[in-house]
Amino acid sequence: MKGILKIAFKLLVNDKGKFAALLMGITFAVFLMVMMTSIFSGVLRSASSVVINIGAKIWVMDPAVTTVANSIPMPDFVQHAVRSINGVKFAVPLYSGSATLRLANGAYQSVSILGLDDTSLLGRPELLEGNITDIFAENGFLVIKDSEINKLNNPHIGTTFELNEHRGVIVGIAKVAANGLFGMPTLYTTYNRAIQYIPSARFTTSYVLVEPKSVELVQHIKDEVKKMGYVAVTNEEFRENISTYYKYKTGLGTNILIMTLISFIVGLSISGQTFYTFILENLDKFGALKAIGAKSRELIIMIVFQAGFTALTGYGLGVGLCTLMIGLAKMRLPNYASVVTFGNLGIAFMMVLIIAIFSSLIGVRKVLKIEPFDVFRG
Amino acid sequence: MAKTAISAHQLVKWFGEGDARTNAVKAASFEANFGEIFYLVGPSGSGKTTLLSMISGILKPDSGSVTIDSTAIWTLSKDELADFRLNRIGFVFQDYHLFPRLTTVENVAIPLILKQRDWDEAIQEALRYLEIVGLKDRAQLPPFKLSGGEQQRVAIARAIVSQPDILIFDEPTASLDGDTGKKIMSFIKDEILNENRCVLVVTHDSRIFEYADKIMKMEDGAVTTIENKSEVK
Repeated sequence: MKGILKIAFKLLVNDKGKFAALLMGITFAVFLMVMMTSIFSGVLRSASSVVINIGAKIWVMDPAVTTVANSIPMPDFVQHAVRSINGVKFAVPLYSGSATLRLANGAYQSVSILGLDDTSLLGRPELLEGNITDIFAENGFLVIKDSEINKLNNPHIGTTFELNEHRGVIVGIAKVAANGLFGMPTLYTTYNRAIQYIPSARFTTSYVLVEPKSVELVQHIKDEVKKMGYVAVTNEEFRENISTYYKYKTGLGTNILIMTLISFIVGLSISGQTFYTFILENLDKFGALKAIGAKSRELIIMIVFQAGFTALTGYGLGVGLCTLMIGLAKMRLPNYASVVTFGNLGIAFMMVLIIAIFSSLIGVRKVLKIEPFDVFRG
Repeated sequence: MAKTAISAHQLVKWFGEGDARTNAVKAASFEANFGEIFYLVGPSGSGKTTLLSMISGILKPDSGSVTIDSTAIWTLSKDELADFRLNRIGFVFQDYHLFPRLTTVENVAIPLILKQRDWDEAIQEALRYLEIVGLKDRAQLPPFKLSGGEQQRVAIARAIVSQPDILIFDEPTASLDGDTGKKIMSFIKDEILNENRCVLVVTHDSRIFEYADKIMKMEDGAVTTIENKSEVK
């Protein structure tokens, strides 16, 4: 069997033009499929960046909240009521909102602002410069060093700005695990300063962050919060909810799906057509092999091997190219929202398998139909 | 007395349906012996290729039987028949049907590969047969870089590499000039034919009739005469 596969391999790769066309078709299709789904994954990750960065185990919120950016403020008593639930180790408020800063040069810039619980600073970012306790200093804010920081005119410790007629001072520069989706710089301050500086409605608590005493008590906490008319979700559930919202309620998921399907169809067409031509050109030779004594199953193995080898090689090249492009893009744009996940790779792999099976089928069908007698007849 | 290699008995083949139905071969019978070159001659459309295909086990007759060295080939299963062809019959096709993407020696090794022989071993054996046909120095070239006569010899090497006892040549000189055709037939007679091998040649090239031991003429699907070469000349 090894010998037959070697013949199949040589027939395939020695036809350099067609092999290159086949590889290009599949590589291009895989590249597009992985790129599309990676961008989508990146967008979903960015959309959940606050959830990822704050990292609280349980989030309590209004049931109408669909994404972390669209919080619906809750009254203060919610935090106290949650604290009183049996099984809650601690519960603290989080402010999440946006505001417009007036920079030192007079320009205005929108920013995301997160107000951390004054006592615990739960969810604080990792500092690159400065001291975390300086956040309690007068007008203290931390700025996140990401691709958007330059929009604040390259701030450093001591940089000042104006926020709703309040003075703000950068007291630390920090980094976070995930960058935001909306292209705005992010500032962290204390909860009380946030609600004091930023114009707000009657209710001010965006989320209540909860630490359960044990994992087993999570469901009990959820049930108790539900009785209050609010909803408690775990970190993973919140991210999943945000993902579901973007997938099914914004059209983004549908568009990415359509683009992925188009990439698949392009790959299928190019490789199917090229492989079919490859088989057609060698059809008389396959007929001759049959006449000599090759069995149908041996010819099927040869064709399946050729299609499979091309598909897998193209898959590897496509994934490699995509990773390279994303890597290069991230070197220039650190906030570039694209993440290659195992799920994306799995989807692309399944689609490549379908391309290989389709290409094999049309080849096998043709080869099985050729009769050795046709070889004699010319 | 020479042993019978091929015995065809009352072979019949029809093609098409309804008004287009044609009787391509009409009750053809003949015997060919080991150690002889047997020609099937006749004009285009006389049924010689159809008859050749039935004899070699690639086209099932509508009726009649073919026995090759005591084996009734049309009683074999599809896989058994494929194995029989692989082990007992060597083919040289009119257009050679060499794989242009394989080297000459790899083309010759194909029947051995199909017989599950180790790759390196098959290549060594194929080289030996290329030496027999005088093309060892062309072993690593692709077939399209060889002349028509050289390609014919490569096809012969591929046909004999598995040491079959029946060799089938379909119009072996059709693509060759007169001299090269004669050289090929002379080579077949002197180097390839032996007492344990029967060579069956389909041709309408009268320039090579001198190499035949028997010549069977066909016309309109029927065997008209079976003669020895001196009678034809």
